[in-house]
Amino acid sequence: MTLATAPVVAAAPVKPRWRVPRLNTRLYLGITITGVIALTAFLLPLFYKGDPAAQGMFLKNLPVSGQHLLGTNALGQDIFWFLVFAIRNSLLLGVAVSAGCTLISTLVGISAGYIGGWYERIAIILTDTFITIPVFPILIVLSALVRGNTSFLTVGLILIAFGWAWNARTIRSMALTIREREFINMARFSGASTWHIITRQIFPYVYAYMVVGFINTILFAINTEASLAVIGLSNVAVPTLGSIIFWALNYNAMMIGQQLWIIAPIVTTVLMFLGLFLLSTGYNEYFAERRGVA
Amino acid sequence: MIQLKNVVAEYTTKRGRMKAVDGVDLVIPDGVIVGIAGESGCGKSTLMKVLYGDLGFPLSLASGSVDYGFTNDKGQPVTDANVQREWFRHVSIIPQSSMSSLNPVIRIREQFVDFPATSKDKKATLAKVREFVQRIGLPPESIDAYPHQLSGGMRQRIMVALATFLEPEVILADEPTTALDVVVQKEILLLLLELQEKMRNTIIFVSHDMGVHYQLTHQMLIMYAGKAVEHGPTEEIFRAPLHPYTLLLTSALPTIGDDRARQGLPGSPPSLWDPPKGCRFAPRCPLATEKCRTEEPPLVEVRPGHSSACHHIDRIPQLQADLAKAPSLDDLDEARLLAQVQENLRREHEIDATADAAPPSEVDRPEIPSEVADTVAPAGGER
Amino acid sequence: MTTVLKAEGLRKTYKLGSFTSRVTINALDDINLDIVSDDPVIVSLVGESGSGKTTLAKTILRLVEPTAGKAWVHDQVVTGSGGMGRLDFMRMVQPIFQNPFDAFSRYRTVDTYLHETAARIAGLNGAKGRDAVDEALSSVGLDYADVVGKYPNQFSGGELQRASIARALIPHPQLIVADEPVSMIDASRRMIVINLFKALKEQYRTSFLYITHDLATAYYISDYIAVMSKGRIVEFGAARDVLSTPRHDYTKLLLSSIPTLTHKWDRTPALASTGA
Repeated sequence: MTLATAPVVAAAPVKPRWRVPRLNTRLYLGITITGVIALTAFLLPLFYKGDPAAQGMFLKNLPVSGQHLLGTNALGQDIFWFLVFAIRNSLLLGVAVSAGCTLISTLVGISAGYIGGWYERIAIILTDTFITIPVFPILIVLSALVRGNTSFLTVGLILIAFGWAWNARTIRSMALTIREREFINMARFSGASTWHIITRQIFPYVYAYMVVGFINTILFAINTEASLAVIGLSNVAVPTLGSIIFWALNYNAMMIGQQLWIIAPIVTTVLMFLGLFLLSTGYNEYFAERRGVA
Repeated sequence: MIQLKNVVAEYTTKRGRMKAVDGVDLVIPDGVIVGIAGESGCGKSTLMKVLYGDLGFPLSLASGSVDYGFTNDKGQPVTDANVQREWFRHVSIIPQSSMSSLNPVIRIREQFVDFPATSKDKKATLAKVREFVQRIGLPPESIDAYPHQLSGGMRQRIMVALATFLEPEVILADEPTTALDVVVQKEILLLLLELQEKMRNTIIFVSHDMGVHYQLTHQMLIMYAGKAVEHGPTEEIFRAPLHPYTLLLTSALPTIGDDRARQGLPGSPPSLWDPPKGCRFAPRCPLATEKCRTEEPPLVEVRPGHSSACHHIDRIPQLQADLAKAPSLDDLDEARLLAQVQENLRREHEIDATADAAPPSEVDRPEIPSEVADTVAPAGGER
Repeated sequence: MTTVLKAEGLRKTYKLGSFTSRVTINALDDINLDIVSDDPVIVSLVGESGSGKTTLAKTILRLVEPTAGKAWVHDQVVTGSGGMGRLDFMRMVQPIFQNPFDAFSRYRTVDTYLHETAARIAGLNGAKGRDAVDEALSSVGLDYADVVGKYPNQFSGGELQRASIARALIPHPQLIVADEPVSMIDASRRMIVINLFKALKEQYRTSFLYITHDLATAYYISDYIAVMSKGRIVEFGAARDVLSTPRHDYTKLLLSSIPTLTHKWDRTPALASTGA
């Protein structure tokens, strides 16, 4: 490989971002683990006919066999297939919630940081309020009121409502620093409008943090939903990681010899979180390396 | 005296190895103020790090040695290998930025007693320090303050005090006045001159400002692209330089009262990732010949105490005379000025295009070129 | 005769601190200037850090709102309400910043800024815009072909600063405000850009407001010099006059503190001058 000497002589215009990506170990691991889990979760259900949540489909408490890869549980459900659908639903929820949160937090954060003035003051008050309200107790209260009949959609919306604030604050402080940089003045003197500055000037600098925030919010969403489900406050008829654990606890899976019923979802959850975490930190590291001196 | 023998200092990065200092041979006599001048990428800050013994990944001494000319407590000669033990007692440094060198959350007096040489008897040391700072123009209570409570000039005086109160033999000053206002700068420079006269130690002073060198130093070393190109007494360097780069550097900037038109020196120093054969200044040198582009000129003593690395020293007086005959700016009509400017710009463009020039890093940043700074990473393992 | 630059009673105060302790800083303290000329002029604002020169530049660029007072550029009021429209203003006044690498976003090519300036400020699109960019680049010695598609880190500092100058030239402004434009460039190459300013003054008929702490380059190219200290203009006049026969003590102090190559400083006899 020739040592590319200085930048003045360039063969073709080289964009600074899409060089050959040399991924670090974390990122590789993260992508692998998350990839495998996601693929399994989204592809496998296509092969299953029927409703894995339907109770009494099979004989109860069967051990591991060729037909039932993880056995069946006390409700007559196939553990393996229930788990697969659960992962899928949890992931779907996580991604959807995270998309909503990220969209709101990025918009609010950048605009608050750049526009300033009264707009920023109001945005900050709103953001801080949502940050300081403790999510979990509120969710418990809300869920208790509707007593397990919450639709998935409602849970999702509530999660979005409480998940956007934290990242909005981070992005706002980034926008604040960027606003002071000279190239923003340069853009203004080139005739750029406020919208243009937000999207074309500030956004590229915020992009990487947004991606990391996105992944972390997935974790938050899945985690919170699972926690709610475990204590029975989500819609436990729908297979999610949390609802498996709920039912397993309810039926004392450990006692009746169906350890897999409770261990399998726990292991899967840990693996998934690990994968997402590695993805998040790996990407952060990767991006930091390429950024150089920001 | 300090002897540098063929010092080669390298930066190791993901991109490869880069010699920031590429073979410097130098003898620095005792008791003089030596200035090291040069522009970005010349290696002066790296040379300072070598002299101070501040070698750690990614910087390493690839070859050569530094002998400081005195022996340590154990009777061994002090060289680059063991100079770290002599810090503050025999070799000290005045860094560029006081704010990044003083711990902002502890009182200044703690910094004076915070190392082995003085911690044995703190009270006595502090009394001595108070007396010392008074001598250099600060109230004795100033060392009881936190760094942010003092002005920039006062802080830099504290840095001078830290570097000198144990009366070391060698003081290394790396652009200590670059960040200061010109009025404060003069005070600090005069202070250094007085201290040196009293203590008779060696001061090695790095600056990109030729005026500062003229006022302060007895001898100068001019560096270009990692090489030493001229070394001699300051007066001679300014009056009768023996290297075209020196001449062009000293005449590149205007002075008040002098109305002559000045030209910049088009082009930039070559990239150290792929240094050219022959003289490194050749692409920009008005005296360059084919010989210059193929054969690297060695640093030889031309006059007593004055060496230079150039094949065509004899043609320098003519160049000097030509520069002195430049027309006055007022006499220069606008069309001619415009034409000259365009010519310079074209030349600059040519030189950059053909010589794979490295972008000059900012003047007051440490000597790691920007490409290196981007790619430096610890070898092996993650942080 | 047009008023190139005028300021009347300009003030800018910053209040720092919390409820309990408030500190008032007078960045600009009653600035009055009146520069009238038919021909373009180069005016230097010199002073040390904290003198207010950068604040004054930002006020004229409308990046900072003055607390009181008014300013005019080319007979037009630029400060406060009743000042001209944004785009009209930017057609008249353009900036050059100190650090060229900070003046461009790392994620955008340099020519996008030039094209945008041509389109939005000069109102030139398509082929006309391209011509305008071409013309501006060649007057700073850059080829369009060498600039197109490149990102800021692919240029050297000097070239990037020149691209920045080219951008400022595109709308043919009446005034260019240059904030320490050469302090980040190596000493040996500074004169290329300084000489360029002088040449551009004639070629584009643009006046320059050159902000610097370097008296020597100010002496070299300016027609007028304003010396600032602590938010006030302490001395103002024709450049050669002010610097060869200064009247104010501060100007004298500045001049005597420059490390000059012409003579060595007088050495103060005793150790310990009063603290800085």
